[in-house]
Formats: sequence, structure tokens, C-alpha cells
Amino acid sequence: MAAGDFLSGIEFISPSEFAKKKIQSIQEYSILAAQSVVNLFRQPRYWADVIQQMDLIGFGSLPIVLASVFFTGAALALNSATTLSRFGATTVIGQLVSIGIVRELGPVLAGLVVAGRNSSGMASELGSMIVTEQIDAMRALGTDPMKKLVTPRVVATVVMLFFLTILGDFMGLLGGSIVASILLGMDAHEYWSNAWQTLVFSDVFMGLMKPLVFGFIVATVGCYYGLSTKGGTWSTYS
Amino acid sequence: MVTPSLPVAAPTTTMEDQAQDVIVFDDVAIAFEDNAVLKGISFRLPRGESKALFGVAGSGKSLILKMALGLLRPDRGHIYTLGQDVTQMREEDLFELRRKVGIVFQESALFDSLRVRDNVGYRLMEEGVSQDEIDRRVREVLRFVELEHTVDMFPAELSGGMRRRVAIARAIITQPETLLYDSPTGGLDPVTSTTIVELIVKQRDVYKTSSLLVTHRLQDAFTMATHCFDPKSNHMQPVARGGRVEVPMTFLILREGKVIFDGELHDLVTTKDEYIREYIS
Repeated sequence: MAAGDFLSGIEFISPSEFAKKKIQSIQEYSILAAQSVVNLFRQPRYWADVIQQMDLIGFGSLPIVLASVFFTGAALALNSATTLSRFGATTVIGQLVSIGIVRELGPVLAGLVVAGRNSSGMASELGSMIVTEQIDAMRALGTDPMKKLVTPRVVATVVMLFFLTILGDFMGLLGGSIVASILLGMDAHEYWSNAWQTLVFSDVFMGLMKPLVFGFIVATVGCYYGLSTKGGTWSTYS
Repeated sequence: MVTPSLPVAAPTTTMEDQAQDVIVFDDVAIAFEDNAVLKGISFRLPRGESKALFGVAGSGKSLILKMALGLLRPDRGHIYTLGQDVTQMREEDLFELRRKVGIVFQESALFDSLRVRDNVGYRLMEEGVSQDEIDRRVREVLRFVELEHTVDMFPAELSGGMRRRVAIARAIITQPETLLYDSPTGGLDPVTSTTIVELIVKQRDVYKTSSLLVTHRLQDAFTMATHCFDPKSNHMQPVARGGRVEVPMTFLILREGKVIFDGELHDLVTTKDEYIREYIS
């Protein structure tokens, strides 16, 4: 096949057109994100939808979040033990797991799981609604889709990711504790007291602020991609 | 150098006209990228009248319905729905207006996560009507479309024709002043199509609702223009020629973004325009 044939199927756009599209996307995303917050202070508020989304996002993601953070905590303890044992510092495993999970890994893993499971779900659900004219029908029936669909998802994700992170942090520490006590022969009490005492307010504060930000980004990005769907059902994957 | 001022088109509709007409399109144009779909169309839908919109696929028929509800904004011109200029209204204000207009979408657009009862009663739920009242009105309107037994079903469990009838029930539950039908019989078998047409005629003649109907099926619109609903037999009956009953039905044909015909059935069938004659033959 000649190179010309191959290139003939590719659509080229000018750099200025490309930049315009990107800036427009950022603008549209910013408006959606702002409206999702502003709608909290406007009637009507769809609390039943918020609760339903909390159930889907929170309880639906609970097992996978707990499992992923649990095994990450366990793996962190196991892998760090090899290095720490060379310096005779295996007693600090509790501190290492505690800081690692509470400050960084807990929020990030919970956020990743919710992004993979729920954000993509929101994008495909809202995208399907666009393609099948259900969003138009909703607008035609006098309902603002931003209030009915976007705000409940954003609120539910932010709130539930916060609690998922707390539970995930505990499971991560538990995973580290099991490895430390069973495989490394550490005293469980020593592990937990190390893990507990090393945490200061700023660690916990940072670790609990992140899921709020991650949750907002995860939900708004999912909703944005869903609501900006164009074309057929195939476009819900893009 | 003096720049010549652009000619300003004189307004073609007065405030009185807008009060009489439920929908007015005044020099409306819309384009998507380089494709000009509508190039300045104007027409009126008087109160109590039904108007069938014809045109080849892609001629902008469905766009007209969406623009009448403010779901899309035109690039040029004004659209007055129930006397309000929807091209100038904010989205927030349009929600209130849309509650007075019912629409049946091409593919029904039922909410697939909700049961028939919640789909049909959606508007009432939004208005905060009590559950008992919603149940009563949903059953009443489902009886109207002869689908009372589907109240607890999901849309996925219904056939195409049943979905259209549920969509009609959803559109008429609040007895809107105007109804917009987007190909309500598209893709349906002739028997089901006749049932749908009968429902539209019933709504027109029993409740005197104005409607805009987009369709590819000429026979449906001709049936609507030549039949009226008989409440005694609960079926539509042909209107006797020369009889006293007048069917409030007109036809509008689009071609290349322009209105090429807007008139009654008699004018349509006696037209000399070659394109229209070929279209309706």
C-alpha cells in the first residue's frame, strides 16, 4: 500500500483549529464544573438521585477499593521489609506503611478505582442518554440535566470517595499489619502503635483532602465526556 | 470611506399574530459547520391546527421541532412558541415554557432506567404532585393509549409501537397546549402506524391540541387530514365530502432549506409544482 493511500484516510486539522478545539473543551469543562457546584444552591435539588448515586458509587466500589488498598498495604510492608532488614530497621514498617497509605496511596488507589469503575460508567451512561435523545427529552420535559444528572453524581462521588478512602486506609494498614506479624514476625501491637504515632495532623488532613479533590475531578470529567458525546453509540467509548 | 449600512428586514409578525399562533418561525436559518440546513424559513401554526412537515431525509424537519422548544438555537431569525421568543430566552426560563409543550421523539426517548409509570408521570413528579394523583393520572393517560397493563414494565420490555404510545402518553399527561411529533410512525408496521395516527387524531379532536407533525409517511398525514375522531365508536372516521366537519390540518414541505409549500390538502393535491407532484405521487 502506498503511503499516499494510508495518509488519505487521516484527517488533518490546522494547529489553530486544534488549539481552538482544546480551549473550547477546557471552557466547556470549566462551565460544567462550576455549574455542578452552583446548582447545590439552586432549587430543585435531587436528593433521591444523590442517595442512589451514593449507593452505586460508594457501596458498589467498596469491595474493590478495600481489596486493592489491602493488598497494596500488604505488598508495601513485604517489599520494604527486604530493604529495611539490611539496616535492622524492620520496626519502622508500621510508620512506612502508615505514611504511604494515609498520605498518598489510599486516596490515589480509591480515586483510581472510582475513576475506572464509576467515572467511565458515568461517561457511558450519559453518552448513551445523549445518543438516544434522553437528555433532550429531559430538557423538553422541563428538567435541567445539569441539576438532575451532573450535580448528584459529583456530590455522591466527592462524599463517598472521602469515606471510601478512610475505610481503604484502614484496610491498607491492616494488610501491612498481617504481613508484618505473620510473615515478618513483628509484634502487631508494635506495628499499630508505630503506625498510629507517626501520623501527625497534616498527614491525615492531606490524606483526607485529596479524595475531595479527586472525587470532584473524577465525577466532573466523567460527566463532561458523557455530555459531550457526539455521533453514535461507538462515541461513548472515546 | 463610508461603510454602507446593512438592510434590515422588516418584522413579518406582529404581537397579535403571535398571540393567535402557537408557533411562529420568522426567517429562521441554521447551519452545521459548512452545511446550511435551513436557509430562512417562515411559517405559522395557528391555535388548534395541526401541521404536517415533509421533506427528504436531512432537510431539517426534526431540527424545526427541536428549535421550537429551544433545544437548539438558530443562527438567524426568531421563533415564537406560545407567544415567547425562544431564541432570546435563557435556558432557565425555557424550562417553564417547555412544560406547556409536549414532544414525542423519533425513537421515543423513554428513560430506560425508569418504569413506564415513572416515564409517563415524570413531569408530574417534577412538579411535586402527590403519588396517588400521579398513579391516577398515569393510569388514565395509559388507558387513553390503551397500554394500562404496561404500567410496571421497563421500556426495554415494550415493542417499538408500544414505546411510541408510551411516549405519546408522556407527552400528553399534562394536557399541553401544543404537541410536537417527530416521525411517530417511523419504522412501524401499517397496523401499528394506524393506531398511532388514530391516537394523534384523537388528541387533536378531543382535546383540540395544536400540533406539528414530522413524518415521511404521506398516507399518515393524509389520513389525519381526511379523518376525524368519533368518540362514540372510539375510532377515527372518514370525513364526508362536503360535510360540515372541517379538519384543521395543513401541510408544509421543505426543500433545500426553504419552505416550498405551506397550505391545505386541497392546495397540495392540485399543485402544479413538479417537485411536489413527484413527492406526493
